[in-house]
Amino acid sequence: MATLVWLILLIPLAGVVANLALAKVLPKRTAGWLATAAVGVSFALAVVLFMQARGALKEHAFVTDPLYTWVLIDTLYVPIQLLVDQLSLLMVLVVTGVGFLIHVYSNGYMAHDEGIRRYFVYLNLFVFSMLLLVLGANYVLLFTGWELVGLCSYLLISFWYTDPKNAAAGRKAFIVNRIGDFGFALGVFLIWTTFGSLVYTDVFEAAGTATPATLTLITLLLFVGATGKSAQLPLYVWLPDAMAGPTPVSALIHAATMVTAGVYMIARSHALYAAAPTTPLVVATIGALTAIFAASIAITQLDIKKVLAYSTVSQLGYMFLAVGVGAYVSAIFHLFTHAFFKALLFLGSGSVIHSMEHAAHETGEHIDPQDMRHMGGLLKRMPQTGWTFLIGAAALAGLPLTSGFFSKDEILAQTFFGGHTLLYIVGAVTAFLTAFYSFRQFFMVFTGEPRSKAAEHAHESPAVMTVPLMVLAVFALGAGLVFGLPLENGAIHHWLEPVFHDVLEHHEGGNPMFLLVISSVIALAGAGLAYAIYVLRAADPEALVARFAPLYRLSYNKFYVDELYGALFVRPFFALAAFLAFVVDKLVIDGAVNGVATILRLGSIVLRRLQMGYARAYALTMALGVLILVAYFLSGGF
Amino acid sequence: MPVPVEQYLLLGAVLFVIGMLGVLLRRNAIVIFMSIELMLNAVNLTFVALARHLDSLDGQVFVFFVMTVAAAEVAIGLALIVAIFRSLGTSDVDDAHMLRG
Repeated sequence: MATLVWLILLIPLAGVVANLALAKVLPKRTAGWLATAAVGVSFALAVVLFMQARGALKEHAFVTDPLYTWVLIDTLYVPIQLLVDQLSLLMVLVVTGVGFLIHVYSNGYMAHDEGIRRYFVYLNLFVFSMLLLVLGANYVLLFTGWELVGLCSYLLISFWYTDPKNAAAGRKAFIVNRIGDFGFALGVFLIWTTFGSLVYTDVFEAAGTATPATLTLITLLLFVGATGKSAQLPLYVWLPDAMAGPTPVSALIHAATMVTAGVYMIARSHALYAAAPTTPLVVATIGALTAIFAASIAITQLDIKKVLAYSTVSQLGYMFLAVGVGAYVSAIFHLFTHAFFKALLFLGSGSVIHSMEHAAHETGEHIDPQDMRHMGGLLKRMPQTGWTFLIGAAALAGLPLTSGFFSKDEILAQTFFGGHTLLYIVGAVTAFLTAFYSFRQFFMVFTGEPRSKAAEHAHESPAVMTVPLMVLAVFALGAGLVFGLPLENGAIHHWLEPVFHDVLEHHEGGNPMFLLVISSVIALAGAGLAYAIYVLRAADPEALVARFAPLYRLSYNKFYVDELYGALFVRPFFALAAFLAFVVDKLVIDGAVNGVATILRLGSIVLRRLQMGYARAYALTMALGVLILVAYFLSGGF
Repeated sequence: MPVPVEQYLLLGAVLFVIGMLGVLLRRNAIVIFMSIELMLNAVNLTFVALARHLDSLDGQVFVFFVMTVAAAEVAIGLALIVAIFRSLGTSDVDDAHMLRG
């Protein structure tokens, strides 16, 4: 079993090495399939591991022997060691499974790109990093994976780096994540000073021994890291910009896996979070606020990927709401279903963009291939993409019986029965907005008449792209029914129960059916409103925009948060940098250095007259010196 | 009647000053060189005289060192003077002042 775990982790890394080593030998297209095969093998091994581990893991988690002692300084002990339990195994299955499908898809999407080899090297490196993050058995390995996925994210966002806009987006993601990681690192340091260990098992066993204040500080610092990596208020700003990367990257990194690392980290540290007195409420509140905030931006966006980006931020908010109210299983369940339907939506949008780009190229139109105003009527032209996209939108909207319906409803129910009525209302309103924007997007893109020549000439993407869509659609549709039923007692709950058994709360006395009905009504109402406006044209969207102009502008411009951060942080920062560069560096430091040089130069003008070049003059000086010394000593020292 | 040590010392001092003046006043490198030798031997004379006077061998040993070093110095110094003469066409030390500050 241990060998299997190591293989799962290392095969994607071997893919990186192989692709780099064979760069001169293999043709470019083969590089993609090599990388895909590496992740595929990793996924197959993960399935084997899952089969083997099903029985064995019931009793206790499995920790591999240390492969290597990374750090051993006095009591600071960091082994390279992996932890396999139900939680990490589920994450491994999602990362390698969804990762594999996205690798397959990328072979179609990136087929004509010059940098396809570099792309797949980064993508494989990402899978390795993400696996390290979820499998590591201590906080240092978690942090290592955490930083490595951040690096891959940066590299892939600015993949088309020749456009300064993309490079800027990559930088933004990197810098915003640095802020979060700073908090995360402090949290890890504090764990070490408090518990004297960074190994999960030691830390969680000792969780009760720390004072509440320390625990609150640790968990809040870790949560700062999570807000950066998982794009929560106030550090979410990098994720919408991250859409500058290739669309499959958005699907894999910025929807299905990396951005859920914060949720995983909190679920992993649940022993600390459950014992900390105030943090869970903070986490839940931030989560709920992020959910509604991002959803209210998503409803007005016109870029097909921006809508999905804000919806990802919003859905991550749900997950944090769930971990905040102690519903860890529901959070992981939503993470699980979200990985499918959001990857599906992103890949679907990638398929649309791909085909719009080609059609625009053929018809000679100069349009933004991501702008939904130029689309319309694509369902007839791209049926496979269209129908799978509809399934994804339905799951995102939480239409009854889709996967998103079960997981999201569970979060709302847990919030409600946990006594957080206000947070429940926020979550329910967000659900309405979510249903509205996901169907607004579907109707704008796929129904009605084509609004550009490119949309008229769009055609279906190749099978290498549509087959992954169909596989994901099956999961997006069925994952809830298969794993989530009966409610709060399904396969996924049984599977995760051993991990969270110490913190699981069962809220008795409520009637989940009642909430289920409310959720269904909300989802259908949101979808219906979108149908009424964008298909039936019961109200003209343009008129609505004009009527609510101030609100619309606020939402369309993302509440001016980027501008606010620009004024509050970025511009003062640049001003400070300019001050340091042109005043402190140029005047003070250069002034001091040049000043010393000037003094020496002026002094030397006087002193170098002594160096006259006549050897006899030197001899005379020396003789006079000797005379003076002799006189001095003979006279007994003046 | 033995010559008193003071006279040796006086002779040494006179020879030393003559040598020093030669170094300071003459411009021909060869003459300067000879003046240096005179200074060295003036010191040697002083050493020997004092060794005898104090009944110690230390001074005599020093003289051998000085003579050895002086022999080495002659070899190097003459070679330098020849080299300077070849490149400058003169042995006047005042003409060799390229290292002026």
